[in-house]
Amino acid sequence: MLCKQGGRRFDAGHVHPLSSWLTLGRSPLGESHVLYNSRSMQTRTTDAAQFQRASDQSLLVYLGQRITLEAHERVRKLLRLLERKPIAGVRNLNPAYCSILVSFDALKLNHRDLEEILRGYLDRLDATPIPKGRELQIPTCYGGEFGPDLHEVAALHGITPAQVIELHASVSYIVYFLGFVPGFAYLGELPEALATPRLDSPRRSTPPGSVGIAGKQTGVYPFATPGGWRLIGRTPIAMFRPGRKVVSLLSIGDRARFTPISAARFAAMEHA
Amino acid sequence: MSTIQVQTPGLQTTVQDLGRNGFGPLGVSPSGAADPISLRLGNRLVGNVEDAAGLEMLLLGGTLVFPQGAILALAGSDFGAILDDLRIDVGTPLEVRPGQTIRLGPTRSGARCYLCVQGGIAVKAFLGSASTHILSGLGGFQGRALRKGDVLRIGSASKDFRRRTIAPRALEHLSPRKVLRVTAGPQVDWFSESSLRSFYAGIYRVGEQSNRMGLRLEGAAVAQQGARQMITEGVSLGAVQVPAGGTPIILFVEQQTTGGYPKIANVIAADIHRVGQLRPRDEIRFELVTCDEARSLLVEQENMLASPELILERGAWI
Repeated sequence: MLCKQGGRRFDAGHVHPLSSWLTLGRSPLGESHVLYNSRSMQTRTTDAAQFQRASDQSLLVYLGQRITLEAHERVRKLLRLLERKPIAGVRNLNPAYCSILVSFDALKLNHRDLEEILRGYLDRLDATPIPKGRELQIPTCYGGEFGPDLHEVAALHGITPAQVIELHASVSYIVYFLGFVPGFAYLGELPEALATPRLDSPRRSTPPGSVGIAGKQTGVYPFATPGGWRLIGRTPIAMFRPGRKVVSLLSIGDRARFTPISAARFAAMEHA
Repeated sequence: MSTIQVQTPGLQTTVQDLGRNGFGPLGVSPSGAADPISLRLGNRLVGNVEDAAGLEMLLLGGTLVFPQGAILALAGSDFGAILDDLRIDVGTPLEVRPGQTIRLGPTRSGARCYLCVQGGIAVKAFLGSASTHILSGLGGFQGRALRKGDVLRIGSASKDFRRRTIAPRALEHLSPRKVLRVTAGPQVDWFSESSLRSFYAGIYRVGEQSNRMGLRLEGAAVAQQGARQMITEGVSLGAVQVPAGGTPIILFVEQQTTGGYPKIANVIAADIHRVGQLRPRDEIRFELVTCDEARSLLVEQENMLASPELILERGAWI
């Protein structure tokens, strides 16, 4: 058999983590076993999370199967618990929409022990308060050289560029998590009327500050990176700045709103 | 204060230590030496702590002047280094007299050579580490690869020179290996048995566009079964992700922290340093092991590195 993993891999066959909800149980022998069940059997117990070995030194903890506010809050709660009471041997945490990747020093920790410790954390999830995030404004100059895809996005949806701007700036977005590159916030949800597929071929480089949309997400490129999101504007403020007390403008759980500014205001702010 | 003057920078010379961990929630990947074992050994040869900052050179080294002298060692691949006009070996510390120049050329073995100086390279730490994160322009020396005319500071050191060498069996362990051992990736179920068979039987060539973020592989495409949509999730160091085109990418030290492509496999911790020595056009293949086997291999490797006989002391040298 080609796809072995210590004999403890999910024996889910064709059932993928994200297409079904699995609950890990404990057998009398102490070995974890998989009770894979249909969604109808899903219970909202506090320990309802699913573990998946991502590598010999990391473990994915799935806290939901779809991008929902509920899954996001569970991610924030577990992240908060893990940051407040770090597990010895854990090196890094990568939160995302409905999961946290826990990376660890394989000389100090193994998957079995980590899963056991995490169960204790998961039991406390429901009782964990999460602070209300901040609400931040992202001044954005839409269109022109700053938003080369604005007209195409408008055309794709059969609306005017001004309506695209109005729609994009009408929402208080949730920062689901930061990922990809330093300070890149995955913001959602975009109004349905703006949901747009990625570019067929990504740009080799997007100017820092570019505001893009992809699917039902929006975000700001903090650095000149390759990128496949459609660019509709640009912000003059730094999303990630090493000298600042808080290096990243946005944190997981914050809310962000884009406020349209003129090119003149952009120039003034950029040189401020 | 001792310095290093960069006369020519080489292809891509950066300041690296063992990386910055713990900033995943900010989207910051650890970065750090692409071949961490070579950096650790280089540092031990000059009496530094293992995670002191050194210079990582890629494929073609530069020319460096040491106006105040230094105690240094090269580790990793052989870049044909010359001190003034004397050939110097990888894995043996030496004392550079004030004003001497070290010239490094194109690699004669793997992708990366490390230059470690006693006292380490002194740069302002960013998020607790001296490592350069090239993509974001953070850390290291001004967040970038070195350029002609740069002057680097060397940390204070005792100038205690001891003649040391690396035990031959350690060097053997570090010799290039074209088989990367992997564990099954988190989305291994997305690939058919026949795709998996061809993935493990296939030879992949390291693409020219490979860098510290990832190694693009050329070879048999790996097909997914059915069309499923991934939800973006955290990605591990060494993850072998398969984009829609089917040609795998190994995510490396300066990787994106999250991604939306399925991962078929993941390079084991004990083989990460080997990835750092792969050159464009090198041919590799993958071998599947269990997590337990991967851990045994890591323990074995660390035991070897911790062994007192690893670095052979030859006593003080006058």
